[in-house]
Amino acid sequence: MSKFTLLMTTALAVGLSGAAFAQETHPETGETLAEDQSFSYRLLDQFPTIDPQLIEETAGGHVARQIFEGLLTQDDQGELRPGVATEWTSEDNQTWTFTLRQDAMWSNGDPVTAQDFVYAWRRAADPATASEYAWYVELSQIEGASAVIAGEIPPEELAVEALDDYTLQVTLQAPLPYFPQMVVHYTFMPTHQATIEEYGADWTSPENIVSNGAYILDEIAVNEFFRLVPNPNYWNADSVIMDEITGLVINDANQALTRFRAGEFDMMDDLPAGSYPQLEEEMPETAHSVPRLCSYYYTVNQSESGHEALQDPRVRQALSYMINRNVITDQVLQAGQAPAYNFTHWATAGFEMPEIDYASWSQEERQQRAMELMEEAGYGPSNPIEIDLIYNTSENHRQIATVVSQMWRPLGVTVNLSNFEWQSYLDIRGNQNFDVARSAWCGDYNEASTFLDLLTSRNANNDGKFQSEEVDRLMAESATMADPQPNYTRVEEILAEEMAIIPIYHYTQNFVLDPAIRNWPMENVENNWYVRDIYRVAE
Amino acid sequence: MLSYILKRLLIAIPVMLILIVGTFILMYTAPGSPFASERGVPPAVLANLERQYGLDQPFIVQIGSYIWNLVTQFDFGPSFIYRDQDVNDLIAQGFPVTLTYGFWSFVVAVLVGGTLGIVAAVRHNTWLDYLAVGISVGAQVLPNFVLAPILVLVFTLWLGWLPGGGWQGGQLEYIILPVIALSTSFMASIARIARASMLEVLTSNYIRTARAKGLPMRRVVMRHALKPALLPVISYLGPAFVGMITGSVVIDVYFSTGGIGQFFVASALNRDYGVMMGITVLLGALTIFFNLVVDLLYAWIDPKIRY
Amino acid sequence: MLATKTAADNLAQAAPVKGRSLWADARARFFRNRAAVSGLVVLIAVGLFAAIGPFIAPWNYEDIDWAVLGNVRDAGRPSLETGHWFGTDALGRDLFARTVQGTQISLMVGIVGALIAVGVGTLYGAVAGFFGGRLDNLMMRIVDVLMSIPYMFVLILLLVVFGRSMLMLFIGIGLVSWLDMARIARGQTLTLRGKEFVEAAQATGVRPFTIIMRHIVPNLLGVVIVYSTLLVPSMIIYESFISFLGLGVQEPLTSWGALINDGAAEMNNGLLWILGFPLFFFVITLFAFFFVGDGLRDALDPKDR
Repeated sequence: MSKFTLLMTTALAVGLSGAAFAQETHPETGETLAEDQSFSYRLLDQFPTIDPQLIEETAGGHVARQIFEGLLTQDDQGELRPGVATEWTSEDNQTWTFTLRQDAMWSNGDPVTAQDFVYAWRRAADPATASEYAWYVELSQIEGASAVIAGEIPPEELAVEALDDYTLQVTLQAPLPYFPQMVVHYTFMPTHQATIEEYGADWTSPENIVSNGAYILDEIAVNEFFRLVPNPNYWNADSVIMDEITGLVINDANQALTRFRAGEFDMMDDLPAGSYPQLEEEMPETAHSVPRLCSYYYTVNQSESGHEALQDPRVRQALSYMINRNVITDQVLQAGQAPAYNFTHWATAGFEMPEIDYASWSQEERQQRAMELMEEAGYGPSNPIEIDLIYNTSENHRQIATVVSQMWRPLGVTVNLSNFEWQSYLDIRGNQNFDVARSAWCGDYNEASTFLDLLTSRNANNDGKFQSEEVDRLMAESATMADPQPNYTRVEEILAEEMAIIPIYHYTQNFVLDPAIRNWPMENVENNWYVRDIYRVAE
Repeated sequence: MLSYILKRLLIAIPVMLILIVGTFILMYTAPGSPFASERGVPPAVLANLERQYGLDQPFIVQIGSYIWNLVTQFDFGPSFIYRDQDVNDLIAQGFPVTLTYGFWSFVVAVLVGGTLGIVAAVRHNTWLDYLAVGISVGAQVLPNFVLAPILVLVFTLWLGWLPGGGWQGGQLEYIILPVIALSTSFMASIARIARASMLEVLTSNYIRTARAKGLPMRRVVMRHALKPALLPVISYLGPAFVGMITGSVVIDVYFSTGGIGQFFVASALNRDYGVMMGITVLLGALTIFFNLVVDLLYAWIDPKIRY
Repeated sequence: MLATKTAADNLAQAAPVKGRSLWADARARFFRNRAAVSGLVVLIAVGLFAAIGPFIAPWNYEDIDWAVLGNVRDAGRPSLETGHWFGTDALGRDLFARTVQGTQISLMVGIVGALIAVGVGTLYGAVAGFFGGRLDNLMMRIVDVLMSIPYMFVLILLLVVFGRSMLMLFIGIGLVSWLDMARIARGQTLTLRGKEFVEAAQATGVRPFTIIMRHIVPNLLGVVIVYSTLLVPSMIIYESFISFLGLGVQEPLTSWGALINDGAAEMNNGLLWILGFPLFFFVITLFAFFFVGDGLRDALDPKDR
C-alpha cells in the first residue's frame, strides 16, 4: 500500500513540477540513476531499540536518523542544516528559539508540532522513562534537566516550551554556543505521544510505529535483518531517491566481508582487523578511510587501587613515551589513523591542535627520556614492576595491547593482559580494578569539550580518577567563553604534563561502499549519514 | 510405560525449579549489570530501571514472581537489553528458526552418520571402511567456526550458488549451509559410535550363529544386528542434541540466521537476565523432554531394560 | 567371513600359550594394527614437538619481530632464512614458537578434560546403571539438571566470577565433560546388568562395588575408550570454542583453538599459513587419537575376531 501511495506521490510530483523528472537521471547532478534504488548495509549487532529516547548505541542511532527527523540535521560536511526546524536563533546563546516548518507530518498524517518535541525531551529526561541516555539531556544544560533526571522536580518543569504549534523555545542554565549542534542527536528527536501511550513498549514494532523521517519501519527480524521503506508523508518525500533500506545483522566481520565481496550488500564498517590495506589496494574505489571523531587511549588508574608506581607522573610519562604510535597506526591498524599525543581528535570543529612537547620528538628521544624518567622514579629494569592491562574482547584491542606490552618491556614493566567481555569490562573499569585499561571516547557533538570534560574530577567516566583542580576550573570557565580555545590548549598541556591518560591514536571511519552509491557524506566526522541524500547510479 | 512417563514428567518439575533457582543464583553472583553503559547512567534513572525490572525486590520475591508469571501466564518477562521486545517475542521469533535448522541437522547427522558407520563396520578393514573412517574423522576434525567461513567462501563468493547468510523465513537455499556446518561433526561422531558398536555386535555369538546358519549378511545386519548396534548411538543422541544447541551459537553468529543460539552466549555476556532465564528454562525443558524420549527409545530397542 | 577365519587362526595360535595375561595379549594385538601404531607414532612426535620445540625455536612465542610487523604478507612468510620456519602470525610473532606453545596447552586441556570425564563419568554411570531403581533415578536426574544448565553459561560465569585462568578452564571443562560419559556408561551398564556373569557374581554374594569394579567397568572399556578418543578432540574443540568467544587462554599464551581462530580470520587476507600450520597439527593429532583409540578398542576387546 505504502509503495502504491509513493508511486502516486511521485507521479503527482512529476505532473506538478512539469519538469523532466525522468526516473533515470538525478535531478541535480544529471547522473544516470540505476533502476534498482535500494540500499543495504551490514550491522555488527542487533540494535536493542529504535525508540529515539532510549537508544544508546550507534546501530540504533543510524536507524533513528532514517526514520525520525530532529529539529536539525547535518549535511555531508557535518554542518547544520534544517530538519523539522527551518530557523534557529538565540541572542545570548542561552535562550534558543526554533521555528518549525508547517508541512512536516508524521507517517500517520498528523502534523509535527513543537509539542511533539516538548513531549519527547521531557520523556528523555523523565526518570520514569528510565533512559540510559538521560545524561545527554543534562549535558545539553537545559534548565531543570539535572533536577528532573534526579527525580527532584516533575518533567513538566524542564525548560522546553512550545510557544505555539510551530515555535519551540529552550532555556539553558548557562550560555552554550554549540547547543544547536547538540539537538541533532537522536535523544532529541520527536516522538508521537498518542502512539506511545496507546501501545507502550510495543510502539516501535512495524505495525504500530509512527515516525516523521524520510523512511518508515517495514519489517524487522531480530538478529537477522530489518527493512525500511519511504515515508510518503515525509515533507521532502519527493527528493528521496532510495526506495528501500535493508540492514543485515552479521556478527562476524570476516563473514560479513566475504558476503560484501559476493555483492550481497552495499556498505559495511567495522572491518576485520588488518583487512584494510589489502582492500584499499584491491578496490580503491570501494574502501574508504575518513576521520571519525573518536580517540583511542589507555586509562591509567591513578586511584588507590592502581599500581603504586602509576601514581608517579614520571612513570606514566615513561609508559607513554615508550609507545611507538607510528608502529600502531602504520603497522598494526594500517587504515589511516593518526598517532595521538593529545586527547581531542584533530578533526574536531574549531579545535586548534595544541603543541605537545613529546609529539615533536623522535621515537629514540622519547625512549631515552622514558628510560631516564623510569630511573628517576626508582623503577626500571633493575626494579621491575608488574601491571595489569585490561581490554574488552576485540581483535584490534588485543593486537594493540600485545604490541604495547612488548614496547614496555625494556622499561622493566611486565604486563599481564586480560580481556573481558563488554559488561564485565565496564564493571571492572568503572570500579578501578585495573592498572591500565584500554579506552576510547567518541564525541557526542562536534566540539572539543565533549572530550576534555571527561577528565574533570567529577566526570562519571573519568575511570582513571585523574584529579586536577586547574583542569576543573579551566573547563568550567570554557563553557561560557566566547573563545574557549586557550583554555582547551592549556588543559591539553596539563594532560600531557601529568600524563593523565595515554593517548594512542585518533580514529578513522573505515568502511567499504559500493562505488555506485553516490553522495555519501565522507566528511561528516560524526559518521551521521542519511540515506535520503544518497542514490545509486547506473553502471 | 505410561506411569513411567508420568513419573518422569513429575520429576521434571523439581528439576526445573532447581534449574531456575540455580541459574538465578549464578546470574546474580556475576559482576556487571545489564544497565552498565560506557556513558554512566544517572542514579535516579538506574533506580527506575531496577524498579521497572524488579531488581529492587528481595531475591526470593524476584524468583517467586518469575516462576509465578511463567507458570500462570507463560510469560518469560522483559528482556533487559532489547527494550523493543520481550523475551516471549524473542523466543517466538528465534526458536522456530533454531528448531528448523536443528531438526534438519539432526536428521542429516543421524542418517548419514549412521549409514556411514554401519557400512564401515560391515565392510570392516576394506577400502570402504577406511574411506568412511577417513570422512568421519575429517569431518570431526574441522571446527565449525572454520568450516562455516570456508563454506561461505566457496559457495557464496566463488561459486555464487547459495546466499552467505540470513534466513528469509526458512527458504531452502538459506537452510543448506547452516545445516552442513552444524551437522558435520555430529554426523562424524555418530558414524564412529555406530561403527564401533556394530563391530562389537557383529562379533557377538548370536550374530555368529546367525551367520553360521547361512543367513545372508544383509539380512543379519538388518534383522539382528541393527537394533542392538544402535543403542550407543541412541545414548549419544541426548548429548548430541545439547551439543547442537551450543553449536547453534556458531551458526547464528556466522550465518545470521536469527535463531536463539545467538542469545545463548550473548545474553550472558550482556547480562540480559530476562533472556538468559528464558533460554535456560526453554533449553532445560527441551533437554529433559529429549532425554525422556531417548530413554524410551532405549527401552523400546533393548527389551532387557524394564521400567 | 574374514573375521571368523582370523578368529579361528587366533584361537589356534593362542591355545598352546599358557598364562599370557589379557593385557599382554592386548598389547600384542595393538602393535599388529598398523593404523594404530602410526597413530601412536604421530602422537609421540607431536608430544616431542611440544616438549622440545621451545628449545630449538629461534624465536620466543611472545616476541614481536618488529621487522615483520605491518608487512606480514611478505616478510612474515614461512622461511628458513628469517628463522620463522612456520612464518609469523598477524602481529609478527613467530608461528613455530606459538604453535609449540599452543600444542602444549591444547594437549593438556584435552587430556586432563578427558581424564576427568572418563574417571568420574564411567564410575558414576556404572554405579547408577548397576544399582538402578531410585538411586539410578536420582543420579541421572542430577545429570539431567547439570546437562540442562547451559554449560557455556556455567563456563562464562566461572571465568567471569573467578577470573580467567587455566585452572578455571579445567574445572569448567571437567564439570561438563563427564556428563555424556556418565550417560553412555549407564546405558551400557543397563545391558550388562542382565548378563549371566553379573548375575552369577551377585548370586555368589560378591559385594556390589566389587562387581562394578571387576565386572562392569572392564566391560565398559571398549565403549569408554572409543568415546574418550572422541572426547580428547572434543575437549580441544570445546577449548577452541571458548577461545572463539574470547574467553580462552589469555595473551600472550595461546592454544590450537586460538591459533586456528586467528588463522581463520586471516583467511580472507590470504595469510594462509597462519591457519595452515596450527590446523595441520590439530588435524594429525586428532587423526592419531582416533586411530590409537580404534586400535586400543580392537586390542582390548576380549572377544577375538
